[in-house]
Amino acid sequence: MLPRTDPTRHDAEIPLTGSGSSGAPAEFETPAGLRAKDLLSIGDLSADEIQLILDTAEAMKEVGTRTIKKVPTLRGKTVVNLFFEASTRTRASFEIAEKRLSADTLNVAATGSSVVKGETLADTVRNLEAMAPDMIVLRHAAAGAGHLAARLCRARVINAGDGMHEHPTQALLDAMTIRQRKGRVEGLKVSIIGDLLHSRVLRSNVLLLRALGAEVCVCGPATLMLPDMARLSVRATTSIDEAVEDADVIMLLRIQLERMRGYFFPSLREYFQQFGMTVARLRRAKRDVIIMHPGPMNRGVEIASEVADGPYSVILEQVANGVAVRMAVLYLLAGARHE
Amino acid sequence: MAADQVARTVTRIAHEIVERHRTLDDLALVGIRTRGVPIARRLSAVLHDITDVAVPTGVLDITLYRDDLMRHPVGPQPVLRKTEIEFSIDDRRILLVDDVLYTGRTVRAAFDALIDFGRPRSIELVVLVDRGHRELPIKADYVGKNLPTSLRQSVQVRLEEVEGVDEVVLEDAPED
Repeated sequence: MLPRTDPTRHDAEIPLTGSGSSGAPAEFETPAGLRAKDLLSIGDLSADEIQLILDTAEAMKEVGTRTIKKVPTLRGKTVVNLFFEASTRTRASFEIAEKRLSADTLNVAATGSSVVKGETLADTVRNLEAMAPDMIVLRHAAAGAGHLAARLCRARVINAGDGMHEHPTQALLDAMTIRQRKGRVEGLKVSIIGDLLHSRVLRSNVLLLRALGAEVCVCGPATLMLPDMARLSVRATTSIDEAVEDADVIMLLRIQLERMRGYFFPSLREYFQQFGMTVARLRRAKRDVIIMHPGPMNRGVEIASEVADGPYSVILEQVANGVAVRMAVLYLLAGARHE
Repeated sequence: MAADQVARTVTRIAHEIVERHRTLDDLALVGIRTRGVPIARRLSAVLHDITDVAVPTGVLDITLYRDDLMRHPVGPQPVLRKTEIEFSIDDRRILLVDDVLYTGRTVRAAFDALIDFGRPRSIELVVLVDRGHRELPIKADYVGKNLPTSLRQSVQVRLEEVEGVDEVVLEDAPED
């Protein structure tokens, strides 16, 4: 092997400082950063950027195994968690991630804020921006809320779920879980079953899984199919047995009653009979299948308790990986350029 | 430094370590990523050959502790890799290993990182090359080679495990 001559190593090696340190480990393999200032959609990320986030998350996971679960990396940075929709997992996960990186965090929930007095999203964001936070983690019921916020402020914006559009960090933690269990994402068969129409988790996951080269099959009642299914290059079926049969990964989606305007199926009980993941259906799956769910689960609707708590379920691993993925995103975006 | 010199230097440092320590039982090696890691592993192998004691060896990534991380608003972040210290460092004598000692800032970051893992009895510093130009009051306990350099020069340490060849080369940095 030829010695690598890289003039950027050692002294000149620290382009972000110029001060130079000794034989420091920083090797600036390209790409070392994310191109965009914000994380709004999986569609904005290249496959390399997705891998970078997942690799960084693997390293971040170790911090959570220490006695002192804290590193000084984001000391002095302020992160606002702006949540206009209910959330337990995502908000707790972001907050823990921020605290483990030593950022100062501020939680603003819609209830108890000026939103109830009629303030618009744009005004809320502008006012928060005036207090110079470094990052805003935003969840909102409207698709594109993150894009709007990102245009209005210098702070980096992380989309923590915007309506029925996307939930990028969920797809990233799902991919991390798949990679840990299967060693890869490429070439795997992933079946996503449930309320496809209302699911931002589905959209982010399809974009990410396709970018990394997985085969995706989606399954649900015809009334809950996506209108633009053809554009996503996925296989669609209304037969759960077909979706289960040769899948390496089965991902269940919550029936989102709160977003349903109209009647999509006769009853929850009938939905469970037709599309619920039961032990009987799981028996037809591959022996090494894994069962995923982004939470919160409706037990007895999209998933039977025996399956959710069973040996094939990796649902709690997903939650554990969520913290590491969010630490990785916060870390990488903190170095991102902004115009 | 050519390959055989690198090998002899590592062996010499291992002997110095044995000389200075009555027992190796409470020692542990911790290599700083990237090139401190293979050097620490080689030291561990030589120490085992000499004394038959297996000194536990860990890997430390100091990226999250760097003092220059957030000082610049723009620019990509350094690539973060995993820290792997699978033994308790409490009350151990830690030998911290890196390839080049320069400003001392990496070592400063490594102290902070290590201390988050526990309270070692002591920390000693092992470097393959000391090139001078310290910006912090830090001194190595074991030095492979003192290499006087100018600020314009760069020290390239290449190791079999990383670059496929063992050598230390002094290069003139390109004009900016």
